[in-house]
Amino acid sequence: MECKRKKEWPESNDSNRPTTFPDEVLERVLSLLKSHKDRSSVSLVCKDWYNAERWSRSHVFIGNCYSVSPEILTRRFPNIRSVTLKGKPRFSDFNLVPPNWGADIHSWLLVFAKKYPLLQELKLKRMTVTDESFEFLSLSFPNFKVLSLLSCDGFSTDGLAAIATNCKNLTELDIQENGIDDKNGNWLSCFPESFTSLEVLNFANLHSDVNFDALERLVSRCKSFKTLKVNKSITLEQLQRLLVHAPQLVELGTGIFSQELTAQQYSELETAFNNCKNIHTLSGLWTATAQFLPVLYRACANLTFLNLSYSTLDGDDLAKLLVHCPNLRRLWVLDTVEDKGLEAVGSYCPLLEELRVFPADPYDQDVVHGVTEAGFIAVSGGCPRLHYVLYFCHQMTNAAVATVVQNCPDFTHFRLCIMNPHQPDYLTDEPMDEAFGAVVKTCTKLQRLAVSGLLTDLTFEYIGKYAKNLETLSVAFAGNSDWGMQCVLEGCPKLRKLEIRDSPFGNAALLSGLEKYESMRSLWMSDCNVTMNGARLLAKEMPRLNVEVIKEEGINNSKADKIYVYRSVAGPRRDAPPFVFTL
Amino acid sequence: MNFEGELMNLKDTELRLGLPGRDEEQEKRSCSVVKSNKRCRHESSEEEGSSVTEKNNAGDGSDDQDNVPPPAKAQVVGWPPIRSYRKNCVQQQNNKGCQERSDGAEYVKVSMDGAPYLRKIHLRVYNCYPQLLEALQNMFKCTFGEYSEREGYNGSEYAPTYQDKDGDWMLVGDVPWNMFISSCKRLRIMKGSDAKGLGGCL
Repeated sequence: MECKRKKEWPESNDSNRPTTFPDEVLERVLSLLKSHKDRSSVSLVCKDWYNAERWSRSHVFIGNCYSVSPEILTRRFPNIRSVTLKGKPRFSDFNLVPPNWGADIHSWLLVFAKKYPLLQELKLKRMTVTDESFEFLSLSFPNFKVLSLLSCDGFSTDGLAAIATNCKNLTELDIQENGIDDKNGNWLSCFPESFTSLEVLNFANLHSDVNFDALERLVSRCKSFKTLKVNKSITLEQLQRLLVHAPQLVELGTGIFSQELTAQQYSELETAFNNCKNIHTLSGLWTATAQFLPVLYRACANLTFLNLSYSTLDGDDLAKLLVHCPNLRRLWVLDTVEDKGLEAVGSYCPLLEELRVFPADPYDQDVVHGVTEAGFIAVSGGCPRLHYVLYFCHQMTNAAVATVVQNCPDFTHFRLCIMNPHQPDYLTDEPMDEAFGAVVKTCTKLQRLAVSGLLTDLTFEYIGKYAKNLETLSVAFAGNSDWGMQCVLEGCPKLRKLEIRDSPFGNAALLSGLEKYESMRSLWMSDCNVTMNGARLLAKEMPRLNVEVIKEEGINNSKADKIYVYRSVAGPRRDAPPFVFTL
Repeated sequence: MNFEGELMNLKDTELRLGLPGRDEEQEKRSCSVVKSNKRCRHESSEEEGSSVTEKNNAGDGSDDQDNVPPPAKAQVVGWPPIRSYRKNCVQQQNNKGCQERSDGAEYVKVSMDGAPYLRKIHLRVYNCYPQLLEALQNMFKCTFGEYSEREGYNGSEYAPTYQDKDGDWMLVGDVPWNMFISSCKRLRIMKGSDAKGLGGCL
């Protein structure tokens, strides 16, 4: 009966089948889906759904720019308005990737200019962008609204000037922590007087002075400003004037936070802050001293994110400030606050979910200060909702970490950096295996883990056995043998990113993951025991992986110093520099 | 997939330094021991856990490291893992801080002749010379003796000195406390005999 019915239906037009939604309805419904994972699932249901999904998708996230080509991307998704692109391997942030490695945005922009002329948003991480690219961008996309750059390089403030001059509809300019050639602050003065659409401006990490008058006029004429993060050149007095123009700010990054002020000026500053009733994110605060922090106290009532990581505050000053921040969810500090400061965190911030402690003097090897295991325990005791931690310290114990995870079993991101490589538990002299064992056994939701200290293969046995939700693992100076890495590759079903440096894993370990790497975004191994032959074997067995070895020119030994393996539908790179060998 | 066969072949054709016939087990063991050298506990500093470690490749893998003084610490590329931006920013701040901040509320480094490690103290924590001197004597387990304007620190093995804004080395105690606080850039506990040359030559 079924066969007969089929013959009666007209061919090829699937939407005539009564059981299918018309395309328009399906697309409309699917356009409400935002999550990439959901969209990926939807696209696998059937051909109709695949098509509806691709037509209705407006934002695409590409975790590795070499995993796909702009041509393939634009062919599948015709209506993209917003692109997020990540380029270099993460260890490039720490100078482990030579300059001119790649991840240049320009070839993407050329294709986007043709296929996505209505592009509105571009968010880039670890990409190389030149001033020419910025100029091209600013002239090719008349609807361009949002530009966000994190950890990018290759450009100067001239590129920003092109954006400011030409992007008439810009709403967001977010320049974070980039390798930028900071020539001058003239770019800020390039926003035309008629330009009023800016809502987000972050130039906190640029050093040059900007024209304050231009900035003040910009802030006062852009009525929808919600995020303003200025740089160190902006004084307290100037900040006060900006706040008067924009009391509606939701995110504020101050400039330098100390200055000779008269009593009147101090009072005006305090009033300006008191009038900012919507601030939930605060950062900047360079050279903040006890003298000036009180002006913030009232504005901190609704604060959920406080970034003091450029402020050399001590524990006492931090404590005095935190008393006024009961709603804090995220806190970034320098280790100048020491354990005392962290005790205050535990006391005053019961809702804390994320803590990052950065080292103020990471290379000062003669001096030991900063935070210890005591501070870590103190925070965990007072903040049971803590689920994200990044902790740089000089000493740690297995017992302390076990206590921490007992207090806070919901960790999703656990990044512990004991700053001296191979350092054992300083009380027992044992490896730190049991610390990370406790983490993976207790924190079943763990997605991201970074390990440090003296670690044997046992740590990796634990990870493979217990960390069933682990997606990202960072390893440095750890392990004894191939077995360790094999445990992880065999045991962690959701592993997507694995980055390893200076650890004794070699070809056997590398090759044990053959079938795994296609389900991962990437693998990085540097200064391990992998050889060129091992890398070649991997490349030969897995043609759909790109296996790249970075070797300094002229060095002809058999070691594969740095190997980067990633899946790709675009085939091998065509823009690889001479020091990148594609196998 | 079993690659043992392939791997065995690889080994045979592998270009390596070292004598032929040296087996993998031996290599692995020495490699891993080198990489997991224990800290030299003997040399750890008085108070907090110290940051003493050997260079990654140093040592001969034996466990008798305790009596070997730590070699100069090599700075490892990209470690600790902090973004270059952040690293530069904080260094700049530390460098600037000592010069720009008028209240002098910064840490100053303290060294002692003959001691392997520097310390840092926060000058503002102290209110007067006696407090500072007591703290220094406790920190470095030494004594300074009686201070007199004419003779400096008499009858002691060590004397506290400091470097001021102009780069000159002065005896601690010669200037009023507030002037000292705002001009002191670093402290050095000198051997008494060396310190005799300071202070008296105005």
